[in-house]
Amino acid sequence: MMSQNQRLRQAITTSQLYRSIFRHDYVDSLRNRALEVTSNIFLHLHPVTIPRHALSVRFTFCLGGLTFFLFLVETITGLLLMFYYRPVPDYAYIDMKTLEYAAQFGVVLRNLHRWGAHLMVVTVMLHMLRVFLTGSYRPPREFNWVVGVSLLVMTLLLSFTGYLLPWDQLAFWAVTVGTNMAAATPFIGAEGPFHEVLGAQPLNDVRFLLLGDMKVGSNALLRFYVLHCVGLPLFAIVAMMVHFWRVRKDGGISRPL
Amino acid sequence: MDSTEVASAPEAAKAPPAGSRAGAPERSASSAAATVFPDLVYKEFLAALLVSILLLVWALAINAPLLPEANPGKTENPAKAPWYFVGLQELLVYFDPWIAGVGIPTLIIVGLMAIPYIDTSHNATGRYTLGERRLAIGHFLFGFALWWVLIVIGEFLRGPNWQIYWPWQSWLVPKSAEEKLWSFPWWLGLPLLAAYFGIGLWLPRRRWPWLYERLGKSRYASAILFTLLLYSVPIKIFLRLLLRVKYVLVTPWFNI
Repeated sequence: MMSQNQRLRQAITTSQLYRSIFRHDYVDSLRNRALEVTSNIFLHLHPVTIPRHALSVRFTFCLGGLTFFLFLVETITGLLLMFYYRPVPDYAYIDMKTLEYAAQFGVVLRNLHRWGAHLMVVTVMLHMLRVFLTGSYRPPREFNWVVGVSLLVMTLLLSFTGYLLPWDQLAFWAVTVGTNMAAATPFIGAEGPFHEVLGAQPLNDVRFLLLGDMKVGSNALLRFYVLHCVGLPLFAIVAMMVHFWRVRKDGGISRPL
Repeated sequence: MDSTEVASAPEAAKAPPAGSRAGAPERSASSAAATVFPDLVYKEFLAALLVSILLLVWALAINAPLLPEANPGKTENPAKAPWYFVGLQELLVYFDPWIAGVGIPTLIIVGLMAIPYIDTSHNATGRYTLGERRLAIGHFLFGFALWWVLIVIGEFLRGPNWQIYWPWQSWLVPKSAEEKLWSFPWWLGLPLLAAYFGIGLWLPRRRWPWLYERLGKSRYASAILFTLLLYSVPIKIFLRLLLRVKYVLVTPWFNI
């Protein structure tokens, strides 16, 4: 005879609602282990089976996966921060203070976003180091290494564009220093070598393109905000799709031959 | 956690259609296969959990910096870039902005992307080794370490006017930015640069002919050029620190 628990369990797991969401049992069998992966859109990023070697934490240190996880953390905390923030010089700094003193857990939210970004820069660099040290960039994985380098660059740019948004002295002068470098670009920067060839001036050079102005101001804040919240994440998501897909298509993570 | 060896997992999991890849060498080679669920997924979950805890503790313990409101009229001294770009800012001491801020980052990105097209060998793939890939790993680690050393110097040892301040020195004591520097005249700098790259390209081929034979002409040239460019950065730094050299090459259009 079935106990009450078993009956309840059966009633739930055979209901139309449950069956519409979960297409298989949870009983541990090879078939169900495979279905866990193939019938789940998030898990089916993975193959059903992998070489035992690929499970070793001391091989990957989970660095690529953790970088992606931190990207998700940044997306969620960033979304919540957007409720409190207006990218206008008149409001940006006040909004930071409001977040700190008036919003419940606002300061923790900002800390999570800030430190998560720092951690993500570290994990993406270490991930690159691990892939290099294990020779995992070699054919047939060379293009995925290139995609990975562009993801490293996008991580740095995401972090840099976010740096301006608090609109404090740290943000303002760091971005001033950073974007002044753009003015030194040869040919297309107003202060770079050969700037006269194409007629690059402060009003039309590459720094002006970045800032929407000749110095950091309201246009720069808006541009960095849009790039930080929409533009760069879109690029990064597309590059990540290619990156993860290529890991599978290039034969999974590398292993000794 | 039950982590059974599942040599036949793929076959057992899905009914193999006739003429499936069951006999393919790739399949039979994966004799030590593991199921992703749960063998990999629980490790990923634990890793995410640990990092979440670390991040949460970090966020509860230390507040993100927030200085006074941005004031274009009041320059911060020193005005530092975010830490991951401070290495490039530190290079501004030794190079003009178009090299430190544009040239070197571009070369780093292009150089990194070029690596798999230069090193196409297959030895020691998929495992950690130092001995079997001494050249590749040595140069890469040198560049990686240089990036971090420059970050540490810029982040922790630079004070007002970008002068060196040790942690125990007060930023209130001003240090003079005055420094007597000199540059190589063009008739010295040009041959020196030509010799650096010329000998640099020629000597390894002479010493290690197998390197040139293995890589071929264009891969050899790219590998050597990127390596020479990498080491030219610390060389310029030492020229500046030891001999007070500002530029190794002065031209009417640009200086290096």
